[in-house]
Amino acid sequence: MLELEHLSKIYADGTRALSDINLFVRQGEIVSLIGGSGCGKTTLLRLIAGLDRASAGAIKLDGEALSGPHPSVGIVFQEPRLLPWLSVFDNIAFGLDHINATERKARVEHALEKIGLSEHAGRWPRDLSGGQQQRVAIARAFVTHPKVLLLDEPFSALDAFTRASLHEHLLGLWEETRPTVVLVTHDVQEAVTLADRAVVMQPKPGRIFDELPLTLSRPRDKTGLPFETSVRRILTALDHSLNTPQQQPQRERDRQAAALWW
Amino acid sequence: MSGEIATTASAWSSQQGAAALAAPSLAEKRRAFDWRILLGFLLPIAVALLWEAAVRFGLAQGRLVPPPSRIFATLLALAETGELWTHTWMTLWRVVVGFVIGAVAGIVLGALSGSSETLRRLLDPTLQALRAIPSIAWVPLFILWLGIFEASKVALIAVGVFFPVYLGIAGAILSVDRKLVEVGHVFRLSRFKLARRILLPAVLPEAVIALRSGLGLGFMFVVAAEFMGASEGLGYLLVDGQQMGKPDQILAAIIAFALLGKLADSLLVLSTRPLVRWQDTVRERL
Ligand SMILES: Nc1ncnc2c1ncn2[C@@H]1O[C@H](COP(=O)(O)OP(=O)(O)O)[C@@H](O)[C@H]1O
Ligand SMILES: [Mg+2]
Repeated sequence: MLELEHLSKIYADGTRALSDINLFVRQGEIVSLIGGSGCGKTTLLRLIAGLDRASAGAIKLDGEALSGPHPSVGIVFQEPRLLPWLSVFDNIAFGLDHINATERKARVEHALEKIGLSEHAGRWPRDLSGGQQQRVAIARAFVTHPKVLLLDEPFSALDAFTRASLHEHLLGLWEETRPTVVLVTHDVQEAVTLADRAVVMQPKPGRIFDELPLTLSRPRDKTGLPFETSVRRILTALDHSLNTPQQQPQRERDRQAAALWW
Repeated sequence: MSGEIATTASAWSSQQGAAALAAPSLAEKRRAFDWRILLGFLLPIAVALLWEAAVRFGLAQGRLVPPPSRIFATLLALAETGELWTHTWMTLWRVVVGFVIGAVAGIVLGALSGSSETLRRLLDPTLQALRAIPSIAWVPLFILWLGIFEASKVALIAVGVFFPVYLGIAGAILSVDRKLVEVGHVFRLSRFKLARRILLPAVLPEAVIALRSGLGLGFMFVVAAEFMGASEGLGYLLVDGQQMGKPDQILAAIIAFALLGKLADSLLVLSTRPLVRWQDTVRERL
């Protein structure tokens, strides 16, 4: 169970990136954070990953307060961030330093097979396509068997074909150890394809607007009516999130300004 | 769903097909490029031949600017008497000792200054101030301190090598991609492991470049060092040639310098190539 309690983040320059975030994620649940850019999604993941410090609030994993990077928390960044001087194999094995060689080899080879890159094990990252690199990055996070896996728009730079196949690869890997997943995306289809729950966020300051459960059975049929309905529900919530009371004064002023102009 | 995967797979294989089609044209380009390298030899060879002909046909005397044949004859004569090798060996010894001292100091201080903000504030201003002094200006002081013999020469070379290596290493560490360092943080590497597994490999390419420019300066300063009173070394050949009025000996020594410098640089590049092989080929060739 991953718990975020009253989490806030104010950057040194005064930007209120997050304000009073409360979120509980069950073990093995896939939660998708959706929102436009500037909602603080990346900030939230960086806090959970321990790469930045929260201004207020607590992050707990199974009751244990997290402060700093934790062995049970893995992250996949928006860019693959592979180490260019390591082969694909060694990149995936990067976090397995403490594990004995045979086990390490077995885990990496299994992951390579899962992501369909076995024959590329000895290549440099520079010789892979963007989608292949991102698969390696996902495998690198999975092989350490984290309890919580954070993904920050990992597919946003990829074309639709590659993205769809990466969704398969991701779910394939997830099936094995069933970690808790927090997936940031701005693609509603992606959220409905992968997540058990969609959390809609709102900017300035970044906060949670609404939560929608996605109870469709897996594997999900993207052409079915339930899928369509879920997509539409999230889109509606996103729409509302842009029209909440907090934003209305602004609009009111705009209208007045327009009136004055006439 | 399987149909979708199949389309993706075929998209990938067609991409590979495209790459295969593109490959021969790339190889052709390389071959064409090789030919153009030869073009670079045209000018010096033409000038040399013209000058040779001018002297042969009595159009010029060639006393101050000897024709290529005479330079090579001198070079050959020096090699036969063994003189060339003693001088080359002496010069090489000075450069190597000075280079090792300067490079080690540059690497250590550069690493300290690049990896710790406090140490950088402590060290860098002083070193930058020292760098502003033209290195040759140290010569009188080094002679007073270390005597006229080898120590002062090696010290001058070491100073020359030190600064580019220091600057290169410190700069390389400072410019390591923060995003890759974060990967190290995510996997909770200790400071030492972070340095070994991320910082070190990341700075290697730039470190090699820094060492190469250090070596180049080492060769520059060995000439200066040998000017200030040596009885052996290629620099001595230069001074001797000037005093005895033997321009062919000067030019022979210059050619020996060029070959030695190129050889040392190539050795450095070859010995470090396995460490930086992962880099993009374009940069590898620089
Ligand atoms: N290091 C930082 N310093 C100051 N402000 C930042 C920093 N990182 C992000 N921000 C600001 O915080 C807000 C949320 O950013 P981010 O978490 O990147 O949003 P998202 O990932 O949802 O697009 C933005 O307004 C952004 O400008
Ligand atoms: Mg972001």
